Amino acid sequence: MKLALTEEQEMLRKTARDFLADKCSKKFVKQMEESETGYSRELWQEMAELGWIGLAFPGKYGGGDMSFLDLAVLLEEMGRACLPGPFFSTVVLGGMSILDIGSEQQKQEYLPKLIRGEKIFTLALTEPGHHNYDASSVTAKATSDDDNYVISGTKLFIPDAHIADYLLCVVRTKPRSGIGIFLADAKGPGMKYSVLKTMAGDKLCEVVFDQVPVPRANILGRLNQGWSAVQKIIQRAAVGKCCEMVGNLQRVLEMTVDYAKERKQFDRPIGSFQVIQHYCADMATDVDSARFSTYQAAWMLSEGLPCTKEVAVAKAWVGEASERVFALAHQIHGAIGVTIEHDLHYYTRRAKAAKLAFGDADFYREVVAREMGL
Amino acid sequence: MDFSFSEEQNEFRREVRNFLEEEIRNGHWEPTCDAWVQGFNPGFTRRVAQRGWIGLTWPKDYGGQGRRHIDRLILTEEMLRYGAPAACHWFGDRQVGGAILSFGSEELKREFLPRIVKGEAYFGLGMSEPGTGSDLASLQTKAVEDGDYYVINGQKTWTSCASFSEYFDVYARTDPEAPRHRGISEFIVDAKSPGVSRIAMIDITGTEAWNDVFFDNVRVHKKYLVGEKHRGFYQVLHQLDYERSGMERLMGNYPLFDAIVQFAKENKLSKEPVIRNKLAQLQIEFEVGRLLIYRVALVMEEGRAPNWESAMSKAYSTEFEKHLAGVAMDILGPYAQLTSGSKFVPLRGMALHSYLGSKGYSLQAGTTEILKNILATRRLGLPTS
Repeated sequence: MKLALTEEQEMLRKTARDFLADKCSKKFVKQMEESETGYSRELWQEMAELGWIGLAFPGKYGGGDMSFLDLAVLLEEMGRACLPGPFFSTVVLGGMSILDIGSEQQKQEYLPKLIRGEKIFTLALTEPGHHNYDASSVTAKATSDDDNYVISGTKLFIPDAHIADYLLCVVRTKPRSGIGIFLADAKGPGMKYSVLKTMAGDKLCEVVFDQVPVPRANILGRLNQGWSAVQKIIQRAAVGKCCEMVGNLQRVLEMTVDYAKERKQFDRPIGSFQVIQHYCADMATDVDSARFSTYQAAWMLSEGLPCTKEVAVAKAWVGEASERVFALAHQIHGAIGVTIEHDLHYYTRRAKAAKLAFGDADFYREVVAREMGL
Repeated sequence: MDFSFSEEQNEFRREVRNFLEEEIRNGHWEPTCDAWVQGFNPGFTRRVAQRGWIGLTWPKDYGGQGRRHIDRLILTEEMLRYGAPAACHWFGDRQVGGAILSFGSEELKREFLPRIVKGEAYFGLGMSEPGTGSDLASLQTKAVEDGDYYVINGQKTWTSCASFSEYFDVYARTDPEAPRHRGISEFIVDAKSPGVSRIAMIDITGTEAWNDVFFDNVRVHKKYLVGEKHRGFYQVLHQLDYERSGMERLMGNYPLFDAIVQFAKENKLSKEPVIRNKLAQLQIEFEVGRLLIYRVALVMEEGRAPNWESAMSKAYSTEFEKHLAGVAMDILGPYAQLTSGSKFVPLRGMALHSYLGSKGYSLQAGTTEILKNILATRRLGLPTS
């Protein structure tokens, strides 16, 4: 058992932190939130050149041959920097899924372009009325039409769909039991996108599929039996979101402690008052426990071990820990923390969005209950 | 990062489990809450000692096994999982032996460590006093030099296991003139010494949980001074870091956790959404706490004394224990109020025992408030004024 990062991971962390400190100021984040696309093509290309997009993919596709655990370190730094853009969609939702369930031919065709930063991917899973991540909530359907399939239906809360080149569409392939994943050309005919206005300023979209043709060759994994692959995608995404949240929470703890040291009232730093000290201690406990539960799940995913319970523990815990951390961070920052003059709001809005994504605490408590045999 | 255990560690865990299961099968004891601190069972301690499982991390020179802190954590985790009666050796093994090892003279090491390892020397702690709780440096017990001896006068309180302790690890003021942190020394006092007396204190569960221990002109030879004279306060801080470090803060009531989950399953209560949710939340909190405690063992593995790390894990874990007891009481409903031995009492009264007993968990070995002060100042660097 070891809880420290390897030397290589420490280097990756430092490089990422320095790079993002330079390229991803809060001014930039704000611009991206207000922009239509939500990302900078130039920065995207730079990240590709740094090897970040391909980090956790095999070398034979042009990747860096590193692990999901290494990617976790990078995601943490991206969370710390509030990095906007389609990295999570492309890498965690798109590329890792293709690597997991795609055929060799599909990997050869799509992964090198993805890794070079030429193509953006995302996952089209959730639909209007979405409540839980279960197979029965998938109603968009693919019907067979000789060599092709035709997809119809509406997907909602799809990140970065408006700039994506490919969508991994989770659709019903049989009325009750069949789920399939199709790789659809996002720029093809029959697709309509609207970008939603969101709390975090990220670009979640409504995607309407109106008789969209998809060739049979674009089926990812096993037709009709795609739900177990989707569950794995959700697991990976949940852990990825936890990594981002850990980076976010760590930064918020540091900002809050710094503020408590500097801010004076009654002629002394507010951080010298025991009540503020105990708030900070509670925050640190939540941040550390969020980190360990997240990295435990990331390590297990990385090692290919069964980890349904550990992923559930992490996402349930981190989501609720983050609520507590932000309640205290805002209380300690006082009124300036609820204005847009201070940076705290960037973190608050993103953490809440991450908590809602890929299963909240209630959802994962039920998973844990099943794992306990209840 | 690596969250796995080595094959040897997994094998060791199996060995400990097999041993404990056999103990239970043979009817030596039954799993009990708080057994690590209230389970007085010399036979069990002897059998544990025979396996070399006391002083596991200590050097072989003193009878230890020179094993890793993670191994000891695996051992104690399993003892707690099975609610094993380990109180006779717990304090010597967890902290007093370590204190002697860190600060004691060669003579003290030779006298006590091999006996602790053999399960032949039981220790209690003499830290708190009636007027001295969180502010430990204010202690009033005095030790005055008299030739080759110190003469100790005063009263200690909240001493766990005192009725069967053979030795006390006593902190007493040796320099009343010095600033209060700099005039305290640590002694090993034989409980049979003339002038030592004890009065049992009954806790809210009706258990004899502690004793008041009185020292009336107790003569202690100078060779039983632990470490440097007047440095006792710094030594006690070190010892407290270890006292707070372990799995007993999270798993002291594990038999109840096991039992309430089983109870909910057997009575189909676990199909009720509210109860499912509560039990799953407990499981989540348990798993998270376990990681915080493994972190502490890894700090020790690096050769550092755990400091704010054990403050964090202890403050976290005692809240879990309270939450566990509260949920168990709620699930049992009106039956929860029945005391051990009553007609209809569920789960041998464990829920009620834990519910009442857990009120003290966040007080002993450093109140949660003191632990958060430690976290705030030493981990986060917040100013004290």
